[in-house]
Amino acid sequence: MHTVAFPNKILPYLLVAPQIILTVVFFFWPASQAIYQSTLREDPFGLKSGFVGLANFSAVLADPNYLSSLQVTVIFSILTALVSMGVALLLATAADRVVRGQTLYRTLLIWPYAVAPAVAGMLWLFMFNPAMGTLAYLLRRNGFGWDPLLNGDQAMALIVVAAAWKQISYNFLFFVAGLQAIPRSLIEAASIDGARGARRFWTIVFPLLAPTTFFLLVVNTVYAFFDTFGIIHAVTGGGPAKATETLVYKVYNDGFVNLNLGSSAAQSVILMIIVIALTAFQFRFVEKRVHYG
Amino acid sequence: MSNRLIAASTAAITLSLLFGSSALAATELQWWHAMTGANNEVVDQLAKEFNESQSEYKVVPVFKGTYPETLNAGIAAYRSKQPPAIIQVFDAGSGVMMGAEGAIVPAADVLQKGGYTFDKSQYLAGIVAYYSKPDGTMLSFPYNSSSPILYYNKDAFTKAGLDAENPPKTWPEVFEAAKKIKASDASKCGLTSTWLTWIQTENFAAWNNIAYGTNENGLGSTDVKLEFNAPLFVEHFQAIADLAKDGTFRYGGRTSEAKQLFMSGECAILTESSGGLGDIVKSGVNYGIGQLPYYEGHGPQNTIPGGASLWVFGGKSDEEYKGVAQFFNFLSQTQIQARLHQVSGYLPVTNAAYEETKKSGFYEKNPARETPILQMIGKAPTENSKGVRLVNLPQVRDIMNEEFEAMLAGSQDAKTALDKAVERGNAAIAEAIGN
Repeated sequence: MHTVAFPNKILPYLLVAPQIILTVVFFFWPASQAIYQSTLREDPFGLKSGFVGLANFSAVLADPNYLSSLQVTVIFSILTALVSMGVALLLATAADRVVRGQTLYRTLLIWPYAVAPAVAGMLWLFMFNPAMGTLAYLLRRNGFGWDPLLNGDQAMALIVVAAAWKQISYNFLFFVAGLQAIPRSLIEAASIDGARGARRFWTIVFPLLAPTTFFLLVVNTVYAFFDTFGIIHAVTGGGPAKATETLVYKVYNDGFVNLNLGSSAAQSVILMIIVIALTAFQFRFVEKRVHYG
Repeated sequence: MSNRLIAASTAAITLSLLFGSSALAATELQWWHAMTGANNEVVDQLAKEFNESQSEYKVVPVFKGTYPETLNAGIAAYRSKQPPAIIQVFDAGSGVMMGAEGAIVPAADVLQKGGYTFDKSQYLAGIVAYYSKPDGTMLSFPYNSSSPILYYNKDAFTKAGLDAENPPKTWPEVFEAAKKIKASDASKCGLTSTWLTWIQTENFAAWNNIAYGTNENGLGSTDVKLEFNAPLFVEHFQAIADLAKDGTFRYGGRTSEAKQLFMSGECAILTESSGGLGDIVKSGVNYGIGQLPYYEGHGPQNTIPGGASLWVFGGKSDEEYKGVAQFFNFLSQTQIQARLHQVSGYLPVTNAAYEETKKSGFYEKNPARETPILQMIGKAPTENSKGVRLVNLPQVRDIMNEEFEAMLAGSQDAKTALDKAVERGNAAIAEAIGN
């Protein structure tokens, strides 16, 4: 087999150099700093520091707050991914049937994606803050004890809805594209065989959407893990009583509010390992079962 | 090469002559702060006036976000060896700064380097005590100080049949009034409070003259064992938790969010910082002001200053310290302090500024504006009431907030909440000073 190669020996390195430099500067260098910091015990100002080996890690892993934060993160991620993908799929199948004004609906549905996480958080906060929110006021007036400042489940519901709402647009786009890629003839054949709407959807459309769904599952999980910091910071600040403190939020809180840099660094290293493992697992095992049409 | 150098320096000299030597010689002093809105305008105005009053130094104010964000920015800047000359640090961050010996220069030393003597007697005693080391060295320069007071809705009081001109003085009276207001439907909630940490524990301890922690609440030494699970605290928080069950007490949030509940008319009584007055005036609520409530047989002692002070980082040149000293001296002038107090609602820092405001008849027109000062200077501070200083007070406040939230949600009683907060807080302190 003939291998295609550049005649020049240096050119290929030059071509990949920008990418490598970016990865080194924005990933390897900060990551190595985090690993280094995670083995130190230091005061906030860096006046005194000492090597403590893995003591920060064992302290973090023995901390019941860390384990409950892990639980919060898992619940939050699953709920956010389910809600945002579920609603997006519903909207996509609906948009697929609309004949007139399809482009307009699609454009409108894409807008929330352009909203920054912190702004999305503020938006929902303004509606549902028990002290000043309009919808919160209506809920309370109708006898519903809405108080996400004290009720952890309600606070969780609020950030899940805010985080999912922002991601629906993105999922919607991919589902619409996925639906359009399904050959009409397959659906028609099923109709001729007598399969009704719901059955057609679950036996033909949904399995054929699997590659899209899988891709979105990965993207949404990563989103819920990392990109929702702004929302949580704006809406709940991790409260009440740590009910919405995800792992990423805890890294921020311990590092920048509590000024415990060693523990914060150890937590980010653990987070890095979790994400690497999660991605590897998903691509290795889940992807094999997905049928790419 | 050397010719070019000569040419360049000649050009530089010519330029400096053209634009006036002062502009180039002025030493720049960065002032990082966390003031927004009207208070930000005051900061800019002060810097401008100082810069115009002399030509050797130029103070450059830089807004760095919220109080904790400003502190973090300062710490990060120190770690990368580019700290500002002056940084505004909020009350809870004082212990963090104090724990960083070597990173900061005491304000008293800075003033001395500039040839000024720091005369403590000119400053309000409560404020001096809060920002000093146990040996009396003034560590930071008090800039904006406030104290918690009671605000009440006069219309709701009248509706509930309470005396709208005489606000309740003790906590049991406040709780009774709140119940009456709720029962008579004068408003939907009787009582709320901003900053449960700063007002209901730190100031609560000082005002009722009971210990918050050992070692003078941390002013004597960084090694502190928390004691805010003593019976009076338990009694107080259990009363609040009981009122929260039927909505007589409403929780607004960890910082000043509860102010909204008062301004919207939903809650009739509020304990809040005196610095919150401006917003309440703007809201148009028919409000009255009273002293911070206390418990009979314990208080009132004196409240402790909140707000923020100015810290000076170490590792700067003598020239810069001289500039900072000159700026601090500028800030402590009587007419500046008096104006700061009257415009911003923060407390005057010097006795002279207080006297001047008194003489001007300002308090006769605005009697409520004197309440926070009287609370703070009414009595000489005891070892319980000089203030609270922990190397990680922001963290301990967060721990308390978490336990209070669980208590107000009904999942634990006050005793459990306070015991847990003390236990977790002590562990966090031990960890922080073990560094």
